[in-house]
Amino acid sequence: MSDGPAAQSPWQTVTISRIEKRTPRVTSFFLQPSRPFAYRAGQHVDVRLTAPDGYQARRSYSIASAPEAGETIELAIERLDDGEVSPFFHDIAAVGDEFELRGPLGGHFVWSDSDGGPLLLVGGGSGVVPLMAMIRHRAARRSAVPVALVFSARVWDEVIFRDELIDFHDRRDGFDLVLALTREPARRPADYSRRVDAAMMEQSMVRLPAPPRFAFVCGSNAFVSAAAQALIDAGVPGSLIRTERYGV
Amino acid sequence: MVTRGFSSGRKPPTDTDARIPPGQYLEQGFPVLSAGPTPRVRTEDWSFTLKHGPRPIKKWSWTEFNALPLTKMTRDIHCVTAWTKFDTAWQGVLVDDFLADAGIEPPSPFTLALSFDGYATNVPTKDLTAGKAMVALLYEGKPITPDHGGPARLLVPHLYFWKSAKWLNGLQFTERDEPGFWELRGYHIYGDPWREQRYTGDP
Repeated sequence: MSDGPAAQSPWQTVTISRIEKRTPRVTSFFLQPSRPFAYRAGQHVDVRLTAPDGYQARRSYSIASAPEAGETIELAIERLDDGEVSPFFHDIAAVGDEFELRGPLGGHFVWSDSDGGPLLLVGGGSGVVPLMAMIRHRAARRSAVPVALVFSARVWDEVIFRDELIDFHDRRDGFDLVLALTREPARRPADYSRRVDAAMMEQSMVRLPAPPRFAFVCGSNAFVSAAAQALIDAGVPGSLIRTERYGV
Repeated sequence: MVTRGFSSGRKPPTDTDARIPPGQYLEQGFPVLSAGPTPRVRTEDWSFTLKHGPRPIKKWSWTEFNALPLTKMTRDIHCVTAWTKFDTAWQGVLVDDFLADAGIEPPSPFTLALSFDGYATNVPTKDLTAGKAMVALLYEGKPITPDHGGPARLLVPHLYFWKSAKWLNGLQFTERDEPGFWELRGYHIYGDPWREQRYTGDP
């Protein structure tokens, strides 16, 4: 993959141009940068908020939009009740508000259709966000790279980007969506109602025409540990697995 | 630039301010970050090799390495993802002590820390010696768990924590400052948290 050094990306002001609720706990913020930038699917940005007394808080958020989507970038932010930055976005931020952002960042958890596949994506909760950028990138490029997404959520209504993912799946053009609901019965025929495990990974890989060339796993630390181990138990070499863990 | 409606409710008490580098926040837990799956290295399979370029200088087994002098270090650590954790308590072998055991002075100004999973990170040699760094074997008195880098990880607490390589299996002295895994992927070549050297091109 193209892992070149990132160009220097200084802080810049972005403006919230649109806000869209995705699930009860996840909301998308569409941001217009003052200096638009190119990025790769899977990259993240750092966000910095400043209080009147000068105190600053910064957090990293993955980009959900495809690189082809234009100047506006989409961040899908989950509300963490004991958080410092996400409650600001959910409770206070409004269209027209400005804050500081720096990016794009990260050169490891990235994929372009030119990197090839097949691709096995495994996401837990808001860990689907950088994977969504890859899936949207694939669609925008009309890429034929086979992709399977195993997406674990607690319940059907917490499946972020659900309608869009099902729409991609229904195109039958090489993208397969498998949902693993941990607190509700499965609704689609091939879905699961349990946590991810090795058997699920084996069955999901059968949906690909060949063993995966890359596997990307993103979610909470506990989810990523379990999912990466499930992939290894299902026979995926550890060297093909790239992980991104949502810090705390 | 002040963000409308954002207040400093989480600002830490002033007496700890001086311990938190710019852009960091205080974390009570111990988050786990890594680029891939967690390797499970058994201590019977573990070894640690000191190299100068491609040439091995000395190799220790787990038993041999544990027979070296153990030192305690309790330090604040700073992750580039913006959390800082106070007073993490480690025990391990100071770089000075295994260099002495190998009977050498550092032969070059730069070092690459190498890991079982292929990870590498570069640190200037002078940042590893004079009591500044160790190969940690215990965290809070217990063996380091695999997700935190056990059996052994590098501890260079005065640099961002990606420099403290997990699942360490060697140090390689190099003539030039050779970027490691994250340094090739947009992260700063040195990584001083007090100068906020997070990404390539930061001053």
